[in-house]
Amino acid sequence: MSRARIATVWLDGCSGCHMSLLDLDEALIDLAPAIELVFGPLVDAQEFPENVDVTLVEGAVSSQDDLQLAQKVRARSRLVVALGDCAVTGNVPSMRNQIPPKQLLERIYVDGVNVNHRVPGDGVPPLLRQAVPLHEAIRVDLHVPGCPPPPAAIGHVLAELLAGRKPELAGKVKFG
Amino acid sequence: MPDRVSIRIDGELIHARLGQTILEAATAQGKFIPSLCHMKGLTPVGACRLCLVEVAGVGRLLPSCTTPVQDGMAVTTRSERLDRYRRMILELLFAERNHICAVCVSNNHCELQSLAQRLGVTHVRFPYSYPRAAADLSHRQFVLDQNRCILCTRCVRVCAEVEGAHVWDVGGRGIGSRLVCELNRRWAESRYCTSCGKCVQSCPTGALATKGYAAEEMVKRGETISRLVEVKGVRA
Repeated sequence: MSRARIATVWLDGCSGCHMSLLDLDEALIDLAPAIELVFGPLVDAQEFPENVDVTLVEGAVSSQDDLQLAQKVRARSRLVVALGDCAVTGNVPSMRNQIPPKQLLERIYVDGVNVNHRVPGDGVPPLLRQAVPLHEAIRVDLHVPGCPPPPAAIGHVLAELLAGRKPELAGKVKFG
Repeated sequence: MPDRVSIRIDGELIHARLGQTILEAATAQGKFIPSLCHMKGLTPVGACRLCLVEVAGVGRLLPSCTTPVQDGMAVTTRSERLDRYRRMILELLFAERNHICAVCVSNNHCELQSLAQRLGVTHVRFPYSYPRAAADLSHRQFVLDQNRCILCTRCVRVCAEVEGAHVWDVGGRGIGSRLVCELNRRWAESRYCTSCGKCVQSCPTGALATKGYAAEEMVKRGETISRLVEVKGVRA
């Protein structure tokens, strides 16, 4: 049997969901022969590849870059999983949503510091008006809430998807 | 007229007291009907609509917290339709304010959060409204965070009916409705607040909390209010 092509993506989040994935600990050893990790912060790949079976997306969609990557993920993945509260609800990144980006950046980079009163421009992706959950940007096949989702829930999701089943998450996960 | 009636709840024949609500009768039988605005000891208002049930022969759904039992009534507390509506209500509550569970004082002790888990809500299908909602930190001991308020009005009722102070009310209309302190004063400027904390203990979410707690630390003791009403019979 060919190995499932799995990708992970880190948008506007704290990487805690990736940590929770790593917290599967020795269960990762059982998982490893069944999957090929083709993209994400845990592997050295520059471009999101074609023909991905499952992509786990951590983080809210906050910037132009996030949006473009999310759209690429959708176009190139068979299944997209929103992993964790930021991707599912917007969570902490969405706490800026009442403040227009220009005002927000000036508050932080101009009013909030003593030196270099300048909003960074070069090489920094422009923020979207609001940080939104993944399913407000692209179609999402499965939502795994939690901040972070417990390792057992992530393990359950991966095991069920690898077995070709839709994971039943009702009661197993919660917001926060 | 006999003071006992026979009703069927989910097909099971039970005896209830005349004057009891469907919710009271069902709870007495150990049945679970989800609710957020209901609190034993306070006047039921049917605000959250989570406790809606199907009653045979009635064309619409009825809130079980405000509907009295009648002899021969046949009630359904769980169905595919009720589950769907209840999940939808919870999702709309989440979409209406800024409930950031991860950083909330009531994380893991929140009735809204635990009901969402219990009813299998894994995401919100409606666009979040991200309203600009204020927090009132003026009170010496307590905090009101409108971002987490679901307008269940438990605090309004406990303050008016049990404490007798009637500090809280709901101001505004529709989506702009907000919990207000005495015609929209800051909490610290309240003339009638006794700082008893009953509103805080009755609040199902992190909207009302004691100051000085970090995320996950606020545990409410709502049952003390129900017990107080039962023992003292203080309800106004």
